[in-house]
Amino acid sequence: MTLVQLSRVTPGVSDWFFQSLSSPFIAAAGDSRLERLPIIARDLLTSRLPEPWRWWLNSLLAILVVLFGFAILFALLTLVERKVLGRVQNRPGPNRTGLPFTKLRLFGLGQPLADGIKMLTKEDIVPRSADKLLHFLAPVALLAFSILTFAVLPFGRNLVPVELDAGILYFFAAGAGTELAVFMAGWASRNKYSLLAAMRALAQLISYELPLLLSFVPVIMMAGTLSTTGVVEAQAGWKFGFIPHWHVLTPWGFAAFVIFMVSALAESNRSPFDLPEAESELIAGHLTEYSGFKYALFFMAEYFGMCALSAMAVTLFLGGWRAPLPFLEIVPSYVWFALKLFALLFGFIWIRATFPRLRIDQLTRFAWKFLVPMALINLGTAAFWSLTCNWSGPLQLARWAIALALVAGPFVVMGRKLSRDYAPRTYRYA
Amino acid sequence: MTNSPIVALHGTPAVAGGNAPSEICHSPLAPGGAHVRSVRDEFHGDLLEVSMGPHHPSTHGVFRMIATLDGETIVKLKPVFGYLHRNHEKIGENTTYLGSMPYTDRLDYLCSMTNNWAYALAVEKLAGQPVPERTEYLRVILAELTRLLNHTCLAGFLLQDTGASGTPLMYAFREREKILDLFEALSGSRMMCNYQRFGGCRVDASPEWLEAAKRLADGYNEFLDEYEALITGNEILMARTQGVGVMPRQLAVSAGITGPMLRAAGVDYDIRKVDGYGVYPRFNFRVPLGDHGDTYDRYMIRVLEMRESIEILRQAFAQLPSGPIMDPKAKIRGFKPKPGEAYGRIEGPKGEIGFYLISDGGANPYRYRVRPPSFINLTVLEDMCLGHSIADAVIILGSIDIVLGEVDR
Amino acid sequence: MLGIGLLKGLGVTAKNLVGSFHDPARLVTTEYPEQRTKLPENYRNFPFLVYDGTAAIDGLRCVACKICEVECPPQCIYIIPDRDEKGRPTKKPKVFDIDISVCMSCQICVEVCPFDAIKMDQQYEIAEADRFDRLLLKREALAKPNSYYQEIHPAEAAQVDAMLAEARRKADAKAKAAAEAAAAKAATAKPGAANPPTRPPAPSGSTPATAAMKPATAAMPEPAVPPVQPTQTPAENSATGNPVAPKTGTPGA
Repeated sequence: MTLVQLSRVTPGVSDWFFQSLSSPFIAAAGDSRLERLPIIARDLLTSRLPEPWRWWLNSLLAILVVLFGFAILFALLTLVERKVLGRVQNRPGPNRTGLPFTKLRLFGLGQPLADGIKMLTKEDIVPRSADKLLHFLAPVALLAFSILTFAVLPFGRNLVPVELDAGILYFFAAGAGTELAVFMAGWASRNKYSLLAAMRALAQLISYELPLLLSFVPVIMMAGTLSTTGVVEAQAGWKFGFIPHWHVLTPWGFAAFVIFMVSALAESNRSPFDLPEAESELIAGHLTEYSGFKYALFFMAEYFGMCALSAMAVTLFLGGWRAPLPFLEIVPSYVWFALKLFALLFGFIWIRATFPRLRIDQLTRFAWKFLVPMALINLGTAAFWSLTCNWSGPLQLARWAIALALVAGPFVVMGRKLSRDYAPRTYRYA
Repeated sequence: MTNSPIVALHGTPAVAGGNAPSEICHSPLAPGGAHVRSVRDEFHGDLLEVSMGPHHPSTHGVFRMIATLDGETIVKLKPVFGYLHRNHEKIGENTTYLGSMPYTDRLDYLCSMTNNWAYALAVEKLAGQPVPERTEYLRVILAELTRLLNHTCLAGFLLQDTGASGTPLMYAFREREKILDLFEALSGSRMMCNYQRFGGCRVDASPEWLEAAKRLADGYNEFLDEYEALITGNEILMARTQGVGVMPRQLAVSAGITGPMLRAAGVDYDIRKVDGYGVYPRFNFRVPLGDHGDTYDRYMIRVLEMRESIEILRQAFAQLPSGPIMDPKAKIRGFKPKPGEAYGRIEGPKGEIGFYLISDGGANPYRYRVRPPSFINLTVLEDMCLGHSIADAVIILGSIDIVLGEVDR
Repeated sequence: MLGIGLLKGLGVTAKNLVGSFHDPARLVTTEYPEQRTKLPENYRNFPFLVYDGTAAIDGLRCVACKICEVECPPQCIYIIPDRDEKGRPTKKPKVFDIDISVCMSCQICVEVCPFDAIKMDQQYEIAEADRFDRLLLKREALAKPNSYYQEIHPAEAAQVDAMLAEARRKADAKAKAAAEAAAAKAATAKPGAANPPTRPPAPSGSTPATAAMKPATAAMPEPAVPPVQPTQTPAENSATGNPVAPKTGTPGA
């Protein structure tokens, strides 16, 4: 059932695949050749090997595919982000770097490569009074934690590196480690700006971990499982034959999705929550004393974290790798997953292009006074939704109305309270 | 009760004495007050002194703020400047009256046209030199274009300081480019215009130029609408700027603040109205006033001023007379005003920009002194920043609208 | 309600993102080495010296009067007048250097020049790998033909040429009259008939004013007769005296 089953090793060459087919939640469309392409390719490579070796090679292949896939995604994402930011700002973005030694520019596709070479060849400066070990470990740890989170993401039908029963729990446990690494970086640099950034990062972690975790509890309540594949499975099927059963299409699911994405912005230190590296205030925050490839590692980790959180949002709320309409199921599942992932990543970039930054006290206030209560109330909404799942006919409408009110009411009330002191003003003239 | 960071939070400037023993919780009613105090001390820890600048992304040049922080709250802030000092006033005394004109471009390099005008006004007062009417109108047009340019830049930079990833800045610069193109077409240079002369100006505006300028003025409201839709109603911006860096009226008046900053504090003082220099009395325009004196007001006042500037421009284009642009008696070379003194001031985009000149009858001024609005507006920086966080200090500085070329001179 | 302003902002950025693909007003970049914006005629960069005819150095209009050297605010001009074997000034610069790393493109030299000899160039790609030598432009590098001037500042150059022609015509007539008078009087004095014509009042250059307009600087004082020309006829000089010669307070000298 999985690309690599670390948890349950299934010996034997044939039953691996047949088991996945007989698995209860494989839809009929799921066995097209295109859909099985990754597995077919994998089997071409490894099916002739004896068992323990085959398992090892399969695992290695999965790791390599995921790592390379995301490394390429990272490279592309840096370019896409700069392009989109540029376009938003009425300029073309990087468009000069093409193939080396040729005149081909290819819309700047060579830019990530050039950036990488530049980063690799830059001098790696460590401040004299820095804690050298921690200074070195911080980017490594950050990247390691971010990569760990990829292990449980279901990238497509039958494509999940590790099938963990508590996959979601594992994901967030590993993801929380990144803030520790940011603190390490800030502390070890022995720079006042870095230290301030480290403190900000910790405050942000403590504030936003809570709404992040609370926001997907309703999903787990509904799905009844902590396994990522289980959550995707819970979103299978169609209402009226064409509306997917995605969590985001329910009132509580939508609210939870928004809370999750806002917290994810904060977790991945993205604008408007990029306080730890606020360049107009703290120069580069915890990155101030980093240069060369360590700096690149930080960036890599930031983008990996962004990708991982987006992928998790796709899994939890947007139906994972499932197609949005029944007839679109011909398109392979991993393509759908990638499309949804790109959509969310584009959202990240779009938000970055638009918003100014919050202040640290506003950031924590927003988390504690708005997101956490909203997430808690959302738990109740989800409970209501789950209790009334057998309402039908006109009661169905009432169910929707009540659930919507439970979401919108607190949003309006608390939103008004939060922005009580702020309002557009009118001005008088002399 | 004095040396404590807590006291400093409520407005009394604290002496940043590091870890001074605090008596804040000492009370005869509290048994074991000493114990409580020590816990408090540990909780507060040391003050952190951060030197922001001279190389810092948001100090608008080579400006330095030595900020003493309690956590992230500023308890003391010492501005340090002079890194860009280049003897402007002394050079002015050692060069001819005309020779100083290009140097005034370099004071506030965003507003060379208004600097030129203020200097020309001072010299014309000194020499009793009349100015043709067409030039007066051209001066108003160029000054209001400069105001648009400066305020647009400020809005962009301020938003950049709040961390908006460059988008508002790029929009602002997109429009600014258009104004700079106009300046280039007229004066030959984008920023260092060197355009005004004593008793006139250097080049006449062609009908095509006027047409282009008119088009720009007509289209500017559209840009402002878009810009305001992008940012003015933004909750994050409001949260960041409202109530931040409040400058009371009294402080503003006693510190000699001028320009949009003063009007944001609610003081109705606009030299265009007060002095009525040039042909400003012929135009209908309003002076927007703020009620809170905070950063948001300072930003909004500038946006509203831009809209008024567009009105002035429209009227000026409609009224522009034809005629000479240089007074026939004006001298370019061998200009030697009679002994005397004069102070010429105009309402620059940043505030009152004035030049004070004493002539001893020679070809050089005997005394040459600039009244730079940026510098004087900057003096209240600490008063506005105390008790706010370091993130606020950055945007308060941004809202003052300084150009270091003018501060340091 | 919370969030409306944020959504509006997102709308604006989305509009710009989409607009950048079809609206030239929303993609304003000029991709520089391939595309160039057209320079306005008034654009000024660094000064150059105009010469008439084909000989670069001999045809220079500059008479080494040093007015620009005195008036230049940052003092980036350095002139040594040329002298013939007998030590008399030949009204040509022997050395004319402009340090363009000091020059601030203020155009004051152009305005004060009574001979229309120095004009502003539009060449802006002047980066040099050498820090010292090549930023100091010598006479040879500065001299550019009148045709070049007409090319970069057509309107202004036409005006200047017309004025110069007029001046030459007048000077010729005057010289003729003076020569006749001299012949008639048979005096020993030789007025400067052979000298290059000094110009009557002329605008100082960048005045592409509309025809109705009186040129901006036309009203400036009678052009000073250069102090280094002792043989000059004093006729025009008497009106305003010589305002340049007793220039006081040479800055930082």
